[in-house]
Amino acid sequence: MFRKLNLFKIYRTFNKRQLSLSIRCCNNFTEESKDFTHFGFETVKTDEKTEKVHQVFKDVAEKYDLMNDAMSMGIHRLWKDIFLERLYPTLGTKLLDVAGGTGDIAFRYINYINNLNKSNQDAYSKKSSVTILDINQHMLNVGMERAEKLGHISNETLDVEWVCGNAEELPLESDQFTAYTIAFGIRNVTHIDKALREAYRVLKPGGRFMCLEFSHIENNETLQWLYDQYSFQVIPPMGQILANQWQPYQYLVESIRKFPKKLEFKSMIEEAGFKQVTYENLTLGICAIHSGFKL
Amino acid sequence: MQTLQKLSKIVSTARINSQRRIITSSLAHIPENQIKNDAESQIDKFTKEFNERKIEISDFQRALLAVGSSVSALLDPRRHDMIACLGETTGDQALMQIYEKMMASEEGRQIISEKPRINTKTVNLDELKIMPENTLGYQYWKFLNDNQVTPDSRLDVRFMDDPMLAYVMTRYREVHDLIHTVLGMKTNMLGEVAVKWVEALNTGLPMCYGGAIFGAMRLKTKHRKLYQQYYLPWALKNGRNTKPLMNVYWEKRWQQDIGDIQKELRIELLPPIDLL
Repeated sequence: MFRKLNLFKIYRTFNKRQLSLSIRCCNNFTEESKDFTHFGFETVKTDEKTEKVHQVFKDVAEKYDLMNDAMSMGIHRLWKDIFLERLYPTLGTKLLDVAGGTGDIAFRYINYINNLNKSNQDAYSKKSSVTILDINQHMLNVGMERAEKLGHISNETLDVEWVCGNAEELPLESDQFTAYTIAFGIRNVTHIDKALREAYRVLKPGGRFMCLEFSHIENNETLQWLYDQYSFQVIPPMGQILANQWQPYQYLVESIRKFPKKLEFKSMIEEAGFKQVTYENLTLGICAIHSGFKL
Repeated sequence: MQTLQKLSKIVSTARINSQRRIITSSLAHIPENQIKNDAESQIDKFTKEFNERKIEISDFQRALLAVGSSVSALLDPRRHDMIACLGETTGDQALMQIYEKMMASEEGRQIISEKPRINTKTVNLDELKIMPENTLGYQYWKFLNDNQVTPDSRLDVRFMDDPMLAYVMTRYREVHDLIHTVLGMKTNMLGEVAVKWVEALNTGLPMCYGGAIFGAMRLKTKHRKLYQQYYLPWALKNGRNTKPLMNVYWEKRWQQDIGDIQKELRIELLPPIDLL
């Protein structure tokens, strides 16, 4: 009765799960498809998705940063560093960081701006700002605690604000920000098109929209297989062991697969009104940075 | 061995049949509710709840969880969820043997068919409190009270395939406190390690062996001496002699004199240390 490590079995089990879940999804096509949406590989009522995602992030908030490091072996830090470099903030930037949760992007921005301020003491310095917005108060709480520990708070040259709100209905005035970032957050939004239109609304003309998100590997079957095996076989058990949570990490790896491909996402951004939309692959396509301007 | 093979065949055919049913129903456009109702009437409450909470894992994930949970539990023994996970991922063989032993005894067969649960909803602790001092019921209540533990703290089984084995695992978790009571062991590290040894020899669960060996490593000097001199030899002796503890239908014995139960199960209590 000893179980042997059998690669074929792993592949078969993975496909079995996909098969049984896609059959479940088929049953729902008799209903109106706008009432239903995907939650990972599950099909749920659209009204319920926001609540389910909220629960996921409530459950993972405490160990969020630890899990990010474990799952990506620290590479997520590099992705976020590159993301900030692409943004290339200047003094006077007013940044809105959506789904900013535990503050990774905002803190990098704050360091960047503080460094710029240091080297420009004689120059005329404009006041910069960052507003960190997240729908989940638990994530914000973790972020605010970290901010205090690391000293990322408002000073004379930089305003830091934490806001709880929904990316689909921003509790903010129009034409306010010069930059909008959303890192690993747009995948979890129920109506991505709404979030994109809101992004367009709150940006000033000339403002830049930037999105860092998990994407799809292109044209490399071996790498795709390795990535799938790692995602489905390793990540949920890792979540169970490190954070005592299996389902949120199952949702994570499934939701990555349900997110639109790069070109499709590019057209969605263009539909919201953005121009000069481009994208860049990171780590062989595992992540992508999409960028657009409000012109 | 033959029963094992027969049982595993039954389990796997049942699984295949249920999968076939799901696929056929979706193709024939039979409303899911109707299929559910027909199947549900044959499934007991435990199995229903178990199926809802179950997480399917592959062999690779099982191995990963077993290794990861054992390391985790070693580094932080307060992670009860990891100890539970370790039990579920490594316990199949031992649980099958426990199941067979239960089916070979009448009391055990009753437990398997009725699937009783032990928690504050199924056990009236207030009733046990007022029973005579020598009864199992009173002693169990006293144990819970003295050690400030509750029978509700047991985790559900999630990573097992077979509902019957999952029930046996659940039963093992829920009677653990009763085993403490009948062995006369406290819930400090010393008592837990001693109970784990008895359980290991009595049930064969790998997780019990692990808990006993690695738990003992955490004992401080004073307790370590006591462990080596008295507790360990006592635990090993009892573990070998005691009748199968999983076969006992504790809920039907609340009124029974605890001394009689101990005699019946061939348990010899450890005398108070100062008398040794």
